[in-house]
Amino acid sequence: MDLLTTLEAGVKMVILFGGLMGAAAYLVLVERWVAAWIQDRLGPNRAGIPLTKIRLFGLGQPIADGGKFIFKEEFTPGHVEKVLYFLAPVVSLTAAVAVFAVVPFGEVEIFGYRLRLAVAPGVDVGLLYLVAVSGLGVLGVLLGGWASNNKYSLFGGIRSAAQLLSYEIPLGLALLGIVLAAGSLRLEEIVLWQAQTGLWNIFWQPLGFSLFFLAAFAEAGRLPFDMAEAEQELVGGYHTEYSGMKLMMYMVAEYLHMILASFLLVLVFFGGWHFWGLSGGEPAVAWPTALLRVLILLGKVLVVIWFFMVARWSWPRFRFDQIMHLAWYVLIPIGLVYVVGAAVLAEYGPDWAARLGLSLPLFMAAANWTIFLVVWVAAACLVPAHYDNRPLRGPIRPQAPAPETIP
Amino acid sequence: MQPNDPQVRWLKEPELGWTGKVYLPLFVEGMRTTLRHLVGPKLTVQSPEERHEIPEPLIYRGVHRLNRDEQGRVKCVACFLCATICPAHCIDIVAAPSPWPDRDKYPESFTIDELRCIYCGMCEEACPVQAIELTTLYDLTGKSREEMIFDKEKLLSVYDQTKDAEPIFQSWPLPAVSAEQENAQKK
Repeated sequence: MDLLTTLEAGVKMVILFGGLMGAAAYLVLVERWVAAWIQDRLGPNRAGIPLTKIRLFGLGQPIADGGKFIFKEEFTPGHVEKVLYFLAPVVSLTAAVAVFAVVPFGEVEIFGYRLRLAVAPGVDVGLLYLVAVSGLGVLGVLLGGWASNNKYSLFGGIRSAAQLLSYEIPLGLALLGIVLAAGSLRLEEIVLWQAQTGLWNIFWQPLGFSLFFLAAFAEAGRLPFDMAEAEQELVGGYHTEYSGMKLMMYMVAEYLHMILASFLLVLVFFGGWHFWGLSGGEPAVAWPTALLRVLILLGKVLVVIWFFMVARWSWPRFRFDQIMHLAWYVLIPIGLVYVVGAAVLAEYGPDWAARLGLSLPLFMAAANWTIFLVVWVAAACLVPAHYDNRPLRGPIRPQAPAPETIP
Repeated sequence: MQPNDPQVRWLKEPELGWTGKVYLPLFVEGMRTTLRHLVGPKLTVQSPEERHEIPEPLIYRGVHRLNRDEQGRVKCVACFLCATICPAHCIDIVAAPSPWPDRDKYPESFTIDELRCIYCGMCEEACPVQAIELTTLYDLTGKSREEMIFDKEKLLSVYDQTKDAEPIFQSWPLPAVSAEQENAQKK
């Protein structure tokens, strides 16, 4: 690795890190706005430029919040396990940031030099790295819960670990189907493949999309899957004992998870930087088109993030056993069916399409939509709905006596 | 009572319908409600630029005032009913012989600790001469605790400040009674 490459990576890292921190700060503001509007309020609209009357719709709020966090007292309770307690938020944040190394923003050609807009461009195991490192975030949560030496924290950590580990499986299975179809683990290739055909994965992979969407929600720990820090039940979950900057590191890591989930959804299912009529399928382009592509990508990501925020207020939280039930009884079997279906279609699809006289994309879309509908209806009919968490047998749960025997 | 007591009735939760099992219709329904509120009218009042609209000033319970009579004297007759009924014990009255012929006593000092007060309005109800009333002033601030103990002059000045907007309460408008009904009651 020569000096130029190192320098290039360094500059990209600084830009990406700064961008992510800024994005996390401003997304907190956006989330508060969306929450307020949904609750028929106006939301934060006061903080502007300090010492003036200029308000700027409250855009100064994140800076004020950041300043507040820096100057807040950072209290360390006496009963915690010191080393792990300090290490846990760092692990969480590091894992959340490191994942973005392989997220591609496209390619640009300047003065004959092909600049790939990703910190670690062309990683052959891009998707594997992504899934593995984002799974590392669980470690931070679990360590924090354990090191806090507190019942609520421990429960939050355990719940979170169980949930995240369970949902890694359907997440991986959904990605596996896409990887089988695209024939590459590189995110750049997957985006390029969608751009060249002009057919985003969501249009012909509905089952993979639904699986990935649900699992991504759970991975990001957002409502309706926010068991790890269900405030109404667990005080604050794993970060009950944290304050000041350490709490902020957890919060930022959580937001980065959401941003990552949105990026993944856009890159893998919504065609990345591709948009019909605006950017075509050629890999490297001049800077105006490259800029347009980045803007398209960020726009799509913002739409997905906005959906995350609205979804938070739309549906009630699942109970913990329901979350586990959903993962192990519904999503994982569906994921297995999906992977087998994707493998069969990848192997025999071209043959069958030729025999039926259909074009390949049309045949694939029809087959996948059929599988999707069949699996969805089957899951709805066959899997018993799980809304009663009382014990199923034993003396605790007798048969209800007939009404006339009750005096 | 044991869970398997015969008197315990175990109810079955209602079964999920078809829409609930497929989940998508409920998903759409939840989303629709949220979106409706997202773009709907907002209820926030931008205080202090906008003021809250007080729907019924007569029953609103804000800062107290001591009313004056026509000659500008304090109306209070120092009967101690308000101080007696006050559940927060925030009213302190010192009575003195009245310099005026129309009453025996008058309050030499009359202080209300606005920080102790719970704004229940019972003093207003207890007062036999409509001397103490709660106004619609709701943003009560001060820089020290001493400042928030209102004495007689302060309470009278609250009256001077609010008397035009809120005249002294006379009586609730009684329902109109016809002459026949009145006669029937007399019999």
